[in-house]
Amino acid sequence: MTVPGAWYLGLAAMLFTIGGVGLLIRRNVLIMFMCVELMLNAVNLTFVTFARMLNDIGGQVVVFFVLVVAAAEVVVGLAIIVSIFRRRTEATADDISLLKG
Amino acid sequence: MDWVVFVVAGVAVLSGALGVILATHPVHSALMLVLTLFGVAVLFVAQQAHFLAAVQVIVYAGAIVVLFLFVIMLLGVDRSENIRSEPLPGQRSIAYLSGIGMIAAIFLLARTAWVSGAESVAGAADGPGGNVEKLAGSLFTRYLLAFEMTSVLLVIAVVGAVVLARHSPSGGVRDAEET
Repeated sequence: MTVPGAWYLGLAAMLFTIGGVGLLIRRNVLIMFMCVELMLNAVNLTFVTFARMLNDIGGQVVVFFVLVVAAAEVVVGLAIIVSIFRRRTEATADDISLLKG
Repeated sequence: MDWVVFVVAGVAVLSGALGVILATHPVHSALMLVLTLFGVAVLFVAQQAHFLAAVQVIVYAGAIVVLFLFVIMLLGVDRSENIRSEPLPGQRSIAYLSGIGMIAAIFLLARTAWVSGAESVAGAADGPGGNVEKLAGSLFTRYLLAFEMTSVLLVIAVVGAVVLARHSPSGGVRDAEET
């Protein structure tokens, strides 16, 4: 007996919400970055489920592109974090307020 | 059997996600992220997305989490932090409320229909042939331009990472002397 797609979509919605709440409650920039990855994974799961429900390979192609963009995003984002850490030792987002007016 | 796989993988995904946001130690968060990523890969296999499951394990669990751990170790931030402190008053409660509101909105909107629309626009996902074959057939014909653009994106990301990570010969950080 196969699992209906709605269950997968509900699971993905919960994963996305956990990622979003984590992004808001955590102050460590590395953890915030991991929460963004959680949200991207939730969307990937949604796309694969839609690909199965609509019998369309296009959903899986989109997930492939999302994976590429996520990899590029992590590379550049971690480079930015490393260059911030070179100047200061604290890792919390509240301390990075150089642009504050 | 499908239900067993779904429940086990779903519990792994959700507990890993909760572990990421509740662990006080960044290394523990990264390891919990691996659990979530493996759970998502299992759910991909359960929905006949075999190629994406392999890529998920190789790229996410293999490369991205290792990169996270590498940065954590390199910067020496591998110590516990106090996640109870709240410099911005009310931020935490507003975050929980907006999370509850978001999930409630999704489930409320999904009461009518989870999915609607035309089927098999970019090609069928089932039928004869393997998953890799059909994905490649779609990727290299219909989505060829987008595929080429991702290679440009990767080159830009590599150049950007090199520029950001490079020390200038005079010692200071590069952007400080250019601006």
